[in-house]
Amino acid sequence: MAAARLPSRLRLPDQPMLRHLVLCAGALVLFYVLTVNLSSYHNYQVGLIALFAMVIAGLSVLTGINGQISLGHGAFMAVGAYTFALVQEHVTLPLALELLAAVAASAVLGLVVGIPATRLRGPYLAGMTLILALGLPQLADKYNSVFGGDEGLHPSQLVAPGAVDPNRWFAWITVLVAVIVVALLANLVRSHFGRAMRAVRDNEVAAMLAGIHVGRTKVLAFVVSAGCAGLAGAFLALSGGVVTTGDFPLSLSIYLVAAMVLGGAGSLVGPWWGAIAIVYLPQWSTSISSDFGLGSAVAANLALVIFGLVLIIVMMLAPTGVQGGVRWLARRLLAARFPRPPAAAGVTAVAGFPEPPAPATPDMRTEQERTHP
Amino acid sequence: MLEVDGLTVSYGPVRALRGVSFAARPSTITAVLGANGAGKTTLLRAMTGLVRPQEGSVRFDDHELTGLPVEEVVRLGVAHVPEGRGVIDQLTVEENLRLGALWRKDKSDRKRALAETYDLFPPLAERRRRLGAALSGGERQMLAIGRALVSRPRVLLLDEPSLGLAPLVTAQLMALLAELTLLASLTVILVEQNARSALSVATWAVVINLGQVVVSDTAAAVGTDTGLRHHYLGF
Repeated sequence: MAAARLPSRLRLPDQPMLRHLVLCAGALVLFYVLTVNLSSYHNYQVGLIALFAMVIAGLSVLTGINGQISLGHGAFMAVGAYTFALVQEHVTLPLALELLAAVAASAVLGLVVGIPATRLRGPYLAGMTLILALGLPQLADKYNSVFGGDEGLHPSQLVAPGAVDPNRWFAWITVLVAVIVVALLANLVRSHFGRAMRAVRDNEVAAMLAGIHVGRTKVLAFVVSAGCAGLAGAFLALSGGVVTTGDFPLSLSIYLVAAMVLGGAGSLVGPWWGAIAIVYLPQWSTSISSDFGLGSAVAANLALVIFGLVLIIVMMLAPTGVQGGVRWLARRLLAARFPRPPAAAGVTAVAGFPEPPAPATPDMRTEQERTHP
Repeated sequence: MLEVDGLTVSYGPVRALRGVSFAARPSTITAVLGANGAGKTTLLRAMTGLVRPQEGSVRFDDHELTGLPVEEVVRLGVAHVPEGRGVIDQLTVEENLRLGALWRKDKSDRKRALAETYDLFPPLAERRRRLGAALSGGERQMLAIGRALVSRPRVLLLDEPSLGLAPLVTAQLMALLAELTLLASLTVILVEQNARSALSVATWAVVINLGQVVVSDTAAAVGTDTGLRHHYLGF
């Protein structure tokens, strides 16, 4: 029995904090190897994937853990990007502070949106956030003396030290920050606040009666999620060296939600799958439409169609998203490799009836694995 | 001392409570009895603020509870176990229980309260890591009550705790409530359809009909009044 459990024990430590650290270190090593072997252009793509992973991870916590929907995360990204560019234009600060300013600005907008959001639910909340995604870029267009109008703003790009390729440097910084953000979110989800968020998602009345401040929990979830989006927006500004309203169309917000669902709502690994889809699907669709000689009008919309198709197929195959499917597959493979002892399967006691005398040390681990598929 | 004074609640044109008044004495069980639709659940919901009363007040010691947010009422020590809806399905048993004490500062006492709750409900201890959704009706009821107790309340409002429980388990629950009033000086307001079992442990009883108090007396007096029993209590 001990031998059968060994692989799962070796796999990851039980302590959540330690497990997150191990996972993050592994991810960083993986990305390092990846970036060193990829071309400059693909390094740039890796950076984009990492920045989209930040915003989708924040969205995943908001929707998957707290049960609130937002079709306006593109607007939070825009606030982050513009704040970053404006701060850079007017004052000279270290990069970290410029990024923090972007996070702060979008978090404040998250607060402003989050407060009325506590009163709205489902489609009504979606509608309100949708208006944000539609209206905010318009605002930037109207005040073009501040926001640069069609020309946009031009933040300076990262300066790579020494002989490092600028795109590789961009990828490294972005991946590092994204992994830190995801690790912080993972700890947040595991904390008391995370439990409160899930309680509010499942049953607001029961959460209230447990003494949880339902409103505050929802607003704080919105603030955290918006902050992540703002940070991603700042990195988007950093990636292109130009910020215009055209970078934040309504379709961006919809892509973000679709990518979050695609990866797996509530998961923090899933957002990386979603980010890969956001970065690569439009490219593939462009090359497909040029291969088949489709017009530019078709090419512009083909990406959304393909994204929708991929989403439908994934949802049919793995209702919990790509990450859910990956987990299921990994479990199947592990179970085939290391079959469970049959003893652990017989503990389905009927309620109200006393269970047969338990062994001296109840095997909590197999119990948990069995009830937490 | 918990005092309800002239509580009136309407759902649109429907009046659910019409000036309900009663007092619950400390460390006793007060049974609130009545037929379906009498207003028992609404009474509890108005006491914790889940519905806003049009008139009247609820006082607990020196605190005016009417108008306070639900979570503040709970944090003052008034726990409410709603009918069949007290469990968070997607949290484990242990997470549900710890949720009940999340806001309490004293960390070591939180642990003690958790251990005590497991002692009270051994089936919960065996299912610590199981999701709320995977529990039976009786276990869910235990979990909901357990979560209320982890917050170390001074007043416990119970809405139909016997619903879905086997008669034997109901009897055990009633005995437990009587014990808690003595040991933890808990004040219990017990809303029940099952008047007989509620009266067996209650010291006081309030009978409600169509949103109004019909009788407020000792449980013994209510239980032996044949007219009352036939009219309102169905036994």
